Amino acid sequence: MAAAPILEVESLNVAIPVPAGTLHPVQEVGFRVTRGHTLAIVGESGCGKSLTSLALMNLLPPRAARTAGRLALDGQDLLGLSEREMADIRGNRMSMIFQEPMTSLNPAYTVGDQLVEAERRHRRTSVTAARDRAVWLLEKVGMTGAGERLRQYPHQLSGGLRQRVMIAMALMCDPDLIIADEPTTALDVTIQAQILHLLADLQREFETGLILITHDLGVVARLCDRVAVMYAGQIVEEGTARQIFRTPAHPYTRGLLDCIPIPGKTRRGAHLGTIPGIVPSLVGSMPGCHFADRCPHASGACRSGPIAFRDGAGPGHRYRCVLSLPSGPARPDPAP
Amino acid sequence: MSGAALIEAREVSCTFTVSGGFMKEKRRLQAVSRVSLRIEPGEVMALVGESGCGKTTLAKMMMGLIAPSEGTIEIGGRPLASLPRMEIARSVQPIFQDPYSSLNPRRSVGSIVTQPLRVQKDPDPETWRRRAEEMMEFVGLPQRLFNHYPGQLSGGQRQRVAIARALVNRPRMVICDEPTSALDVSVQSQILNLMQDLRSELGLTYLLISHNLAAVEHMASRVAVMYLGRIVEEAKTGRLFDSPCHPYSEALLGSVLTPDPTLGIPDTQLGTSYPNPLDVPPGCSFHPRCAKAMPGCSVRAPRRVPAPGGGAVACHLHDEGAALDTVS
Amino acid sequence: MEKAAPMVSLPAPEPSPAALLRRRIFGHAGLLIGSAVLIAIILTALLAPWIAPHDPYDQVLDRKLIPPVWSDGGKATWVHPLGTDHFGRDYLSRLIWGARISLVIGFSAMLISGVIGTVLGVLAGFFGGRVDMVANFLITTRLSMPVVLVAIAVVSLVGSSLTVVIWVLGLLIWDRFAVVMRSATMQVRNLDFVAAAQALGCSKSRIVFSEILPNIANHLIVVATVEMAHAILLEAALSFLGLGVQPPEPSWGLMISEAKGLMFFDGWLIAIPGTALFALVLSINLLGDGVRDVTAPGGV
Repeated sequence: MAAAPILEVESLNVAIPVPAGTLHPVQEVGFRVTRGHTLAIVGESGCGKSLTSLALMNLLPPRAARTAGRLALDGQDLLGLSEREMADIRGNRMSMIFQEPMTSLNPAYTVGDQLVEAERRHRRTSVTAARDRAVWLLEKVGMTGAGERLRQYPHQLSGGLRQRVMIAMALMCDPDLIIADEPTTALDVTIQAQILHLLADLQREFETGLILITHDLGVVARLCDRVAVMYAGQIVEEGTARQIFRTPAHPYTRGLLDCIPIPGKTRRGAHLGTIPGIVPSLVGSMPGCHFADRCPHASGACRSGPIAFRDGAGPGHRYRCVLSLPSGPARPDPAP
Repeated sequence: MSGAALIEAREVSCTFTVSGGFMKEKRRLQAVSRVSLRIEPGEVMALVGESGCGKTTLAKMMMGLIAPSEGTIEIGGRPLASLPRMEIARSVQPIFQDPYSSLNPRRSVGSIVTQPLRVQKDPDPETWRRRAEEMMEFVGLPQRLFNHYPGQLSGGQRQRVAIARALVNRPRMVICDEPTSALDVSVQSQILNLMQDLRSELGLTYLLISHNLAAVEHMASRVAVMYLGRIVEEAKTGRLFDSPCHPYSEALLGSVLTPDPTLGIPDTQLGTSYPNPLDVPPGCSFHPRCAKAMPGCSVRAPRRVPAPGGGAVACHLHDEGAALDTVS
Repeated sequence: MEKAAPMVSLPAPEPSPAALLRRRIFGHAGLLIGSAVLIAIILTALLAPWIAPHDPYDQVLDRKLIPPVWSDGGKATWVHPLGTDHFGRDYLSRLIWGARISLVIGFSAMLISGVIGTVLGVLAGFFGGRVDMVANFLITTRLSMPVVLVAIAVVSLVGSSLTVVIWVLGLLIWDRFAVVMRSATMQVRNLDFVAAAQALGCSKSRIVFSEILPNIANHLIVVATVEMAHAILLEAALSFLGLGVQPPEPSWGLMISEAKGLMFFDGWLIAIPGTALFALVLSINLLGDGVRDVTAPGGV
């Protein structure tokens, strides 16, 4: 198995000037994505997960400034690239799938035109060849009558079908990495399962790296190999899905997992866990742990300075907290 | 059938006319078709189904916001159509999905929470502020927010304002249309806890509309599954989640993603698309997507029959009189 | 990218809407300049009897066509800072009194058209269906009528006066109000707080007045400024054609019209009322743009 990472990110920061000072929505974020594997970036709204993905693609709003220690795609440094060179990588070697497929497809062009254009923007292929690939990919993403679909406009498709078109479009140039930002949030649960199934299958088949940005812990647990939990601009815990869901170490991760009712584990009608308080303002600098104000275990040590990562339960598991690892699995395995 | 239901829908249908486009024939969209639903006092009745299945239309009819094209709705044994607007408003109140659009941005929190008292021309204006503040405290909103505007509040706080507004007149029934799906996970649990507390303390009855099936299983006492405007299965929560009878319920429950890393993505066995509600398949409207469809399913619409284990189901698989040659 | 939006809204308590509005107003140069100029013109118009140095109708034929003080001809005098016209009337006084006419016509025509357009637009947007069809028909009918030609026809039938000009303009320029109010109402109408008000038992009129109108008022103000500027320009155009305000009233459009024969010899006769008209319309438009900016979503 090729263990070489397809994407390496180290100390990624985003700063946005606002009237009250400087907003730091992404702080010291670092992770690696391996070919054929899925990394989930999970967190609540405002944690910086979407801006992280936009920063990777260099699609931040104009006022926002991006800095990073390292940002490399398949060994190639992306930091020094000009906008023109970056534009050639976007949609070609790195593609993105957005939450709302209706707004990311152009309503004025047919599905076929957009798929063909997605490839011909980056490759010198003939229209016929691109069209053939589009048909092949539409069949791959499970659309019946792919030849007919090419002539349809986005509004003639249902939400689930549009998302399939978006996935096909993301695959047109055979990218090394796909970033999917809440790809199933706008869809019904039944369609969600189908789309996720499809993403997992295709990603395995095409050996791409996949970054899944989501707030849905169920999706994360079922689909992803590795999970990075973000809170208030920082990654607070990172590990394999099993480590995160079985032996969560950071108080935020544990709190988040207690908030969702789990059939068979949570007693029906019982009170669910809550995380009191609100997300801190990310304007200006915050020396200590960002979660300290909401954390039941917070002490003076949490607020004095930057919190370093500690090693967690197994290889590759780390969390940003002063506490040592909680004893025993926080979430026992379900009764057989 | 015992005593008086708090609210009961009898064979209600709702049909909209949809313009087919310029110079085209108008088409009829049957959003809800012949639905009967009975909600007893103190219950938490959940309505689940994919978007476009008619759950919201049914809820709007139960609040008197849309008149049913056929059938009747009764509140406490009296037909809703004959009740004055104000009286319906006193018994049934909604909580909406999106707390960003359900609060008028130009009104202060205090004005929003006292609005029901003003509209109902409550006889003691001098008590309005005190009662609104009590209700705000009850739903966990600090009183200092009384003069704030929705724009200054977080999503969770806004949803609490919406709940306070719904409850200040002490309705008996609250219709919650996706009350947590626009909120963050950590806020969702707070709102669900609050709804549980309010129910036991104020003796409320809920109609909970949600696609978050984990939340439904946690909150509801009974569940009705809707598909294309019809209720296809209705049962106590435990029974429905343990052993769903209708193939659609089974597929729907099977697609719930519990956060368990040892399980993969379920295969729902449903065809790709939800049918166009303007063009409802004949017979059982679910048959084109059904993994257990039989030849008769595309011809005859199923009857509503008692389901094994309690509740009711509308499926030929469970209708002995209709289909004895079932392949399991 | 829109993804950035939720980030900024999160950092805990935001300032109150009033404070936020104040901060936005004082940070908006266009709005401040526009309001300052407009207030100055309104004050001038209100105080015309006291600040105008001469009677605007007083003809002194031996002092006609005195150039303004900054010109180098020997006739320029501080008695008539902006000079006199071809009848020897003091140009500054006429300009000051003329501001009244422009403002009165602009404001009244805007009020009349605002009432018609808003009622029509809100009804169409709120009720939809047949009401909307009728309203759309009326709007389309109105849009197919050329304003100036209809105005000429009406004025030639009933004669011209200030009142006639106000009514003609008021009855002709309500279309933009109707179109904007209709779409704004449709947007607000579908928001959940309107459904919540319905579920509370609010009557339709209560919903329109206390839920919808406050939320579309900012659009209304913006259109009102645009239409006021529009009416002022139309009045000038009608007066220029001799169909608006009649001599010897000192309307800016009429002043330009009266000076058109002398355009090549005494250009300032046209430049001065022209500049005044330009300043007034610009200030109103700046104000409108400013109001739109400071009340844009995210503001309150």
